[in-house]
Amino acid sequence: MSEHTLHFKPTEGFRTRSKAVVDNPVLRQSFRGAMDFLMSKRAAQFPDDEELQSLRSLGEAIRQYNLAKLPDLLLQLESQLTANGIQVHWAETPDEANTIILGICQRHSAKLMVKGKSMVSEEIELNHAAEAAGIGALESDMGEYIVQLAGEKPSHIIMPAIHKTKEEIARLFADKVDGVDYTDNVDALIQIGRNVLREKFQEAAIGLSGVNFAVAETGTLCLVENEGNGRMCTTVPPIHIAITGIEKIVEKLEHVPPLLSLLTRSATGQNISTYFNMISSPRKPGEKDGPEEVHLVLLDNGRSQAYADEQLRKTLQCIRCGACMNHCPVYTRIGGHAYGTTYPGPIGKIVSPHMLGLEATASMATASSLCGACGEVCPVKIPIPELLMRLREEAFSEPHAKPAMRGQGAGYSPLISAIWRAWATVYRSPALYRLVSWLGSRFGGLLPSRQGAWTSVRVPLRPAPKRLRDMLKERG
Amino acid sequence: MSARDRILAKLRQNAPSTANALPDVATWFATHRPVESMTDKAKRFHHVIELAHAEVHAVNADTWTGKLHEVLKARGIEKLLVAEGTPHGDAALDDLPPRGIDCSVYEMAIEAWQSELFDDTPASLTAARAAIAETGTLILWPDALEPRLMSLVPPVHVVLLDASNIHNTFYEAMTAEGWSSGLPTNALLISGPSKTADIQQTLAYGAHGPKELIVLMLGAPEGAAQ
Repeated sequence: MSEHTLHFKPTEGFRTRSKAVVDNPVLRQSFRGAMDFLMSKRAAQFPDDEELQSLRSLGEAIRQYNLAKLPDLLLQLESQLTANGIQVHWAETPDEANTIILGICQRHSAKLMVKGKSMVSEEIELNHAAEAAGIGALESDMGEYIVQLAGEKPSHIIMPAIHKTKEEIARLFADKVDGVDYTDNVDALIQIGRNVLREKFQEAAIGLSGVNFAVAETGTLCLVENEGNGRMCTTVPPIHIAITGIEKIVEKLEHVPPLLSLLTRSATGQNISTYFNMISSPRKPGEKDGPEEVHLVLLDNGRSQAYADEQLRKTLQCIRCGACMNHCPVYTRIGGHAYGTTYPGPIGKIVSPHMLGLEATASMATASSLCGACGEVCPVKIPIPELLMRLREEAFSEPHAKPAMRGQGAGYSPLISAIWRAWATVYRSPALYRLVSWLGSRFGGLLPSRQGAWTSVRVPLRPAPKRLRDMLKERG
Repeated sequence: MSARDRILAKLRQNAPSTANALPDVATWFATHRPVESMTDKAKRFHHVIELAHAEVHAVNADTWTGKLHEVLKARGIEKLLVAEGTPHGDAALDDLPPRGIDCSVYEMAIEAWQSELFDDTPASLTAARAAIAETGTLILWPDALEPRLMSLVPPVHVVLLDASNIHNTFYEAMTAEGWSSGLPTNALLISGPSKTADIQQTLAYGAHGPKELIVLMLGAPEGAAQ
């Protein structure tokens, strides 16, 4: 669809992109309005705090129970899906996942793949890989369809086109969709998308989807959606390929209702989504619709690295509701594109370093005021602020021999570390502290008036001419 | 070593040595969700699914095809897709054509008549296996007689629900019906007509699936359909 290939960029350029959004009143209004809307919708779903807290604890316990058994559950899922007739594939890297998916497409001489909303497919940049292989990959979620038409990436994991106004979408449709005149009537715009995509569902040889929960005991792939495009992609084309991260697995079907309730209420403030689609096999003999083949691609892409460390493993509890970004003061001001990663916001900051390495993401965890809102709203109680602190430590500490993460120490600077060591020494010794604070009060005026990023929007830092201890002494 | 073996080896090497206790889902639902009478469940279901823009009508075994005729006529719909071989599909096939509604049936695999389903099927009738009061949700288990696309492609979807099959919660539905011992090809929860808020958070119905969802509630207790 797009004329040029866009890639998710690592944190290089993060400041420039953030500044561009902060300086753009239309974008700021889009994000502010959308986040206020989503926060109030969520709050309305949880009027009873005891219910919310006990459900969060249950959600956390379910996710931790299943993660603790992850290798066994993956095998159980694989054998149950296989018994049900669903073919299971494993991929360590995005390239391997693309090779598997495009291999299936090529075996069936597929020209077109219609896609339901899948962040994992964004993570592996499937659309670009498909394009390079001469296979069309068309997004069918309305928000994803809009950003794909615009040649952009989703700016939010639940509401991909949240950065766009309806007037921008109206102009986009008038420019890019054949035979469409400008209209900014939302119902009319949705009908335009519906009509275009209904043709494509019928034409496509492949339907691709993500997975919200994979149930090991029954061999079932669960999908949450409102539009019905997910059902179209998983029912109309002759082949269905689902892709998921290895962590989205639950052992028991009864684990699903609490997680589903947490997911839809936290994400969009709905008591349940319009559709909850549970797929357990391809079309059986005698059945008159549904795909003849169903495939599941299980993707690692750094998740096993997070899994190896007890604290970092909590990252994998995530059910991708997006509540952390909706409540994040940083996300609200800079939007999703500024991060330059597939997953933006607080969850993006804790999951992306495992996928991309700390070399590319060293400063991500620093784009936080540590206000704690993300951790408070997380439906499965991921301690996001703690993990941000840990990732700062991993990124900026001196490289060592047994790192827990790829790229550990990538942000290490001997000079900055020396400054902090000196700072710590001064603060540990009362005599040194007295001396240094005295020097500061006498010679603080010699500090430069330009102090890097600090003075770009603030007055320079200057020690007071009199220390507190001096003032107290004067008062007697 | 395959990708599978490498992933599993990495996970196994670092998996926690002790298992966590099985989470007690049953107790949470027992202490946080009401168990209601059939009347109250029907009322709750009706109220919640209406909030999601579905339309609900109380019917009984003798009147429901009449109500079905009425809701179709009110929309100017003269053609209905039904599931031949099911009791409700056969009842519609008997009652509606004489009253001017042409009934088509899903007799062939989709490949043979896909464009007719997409372009020339304004409405469908299916049954719901059960429902969920808490979230105003219909449970459908499509099968060979009543295939998956019947509840997705036609712009108007009419569902016949027996009010005695309403569960309090999703959890209760799956445990009471023993779903963990085996699920069909596709099981569905449907909680309203298709919708989206992807354009500037403005709600629009009929995104990709049905624009209207109409529930005919059979045997709804007195007062449940108000």
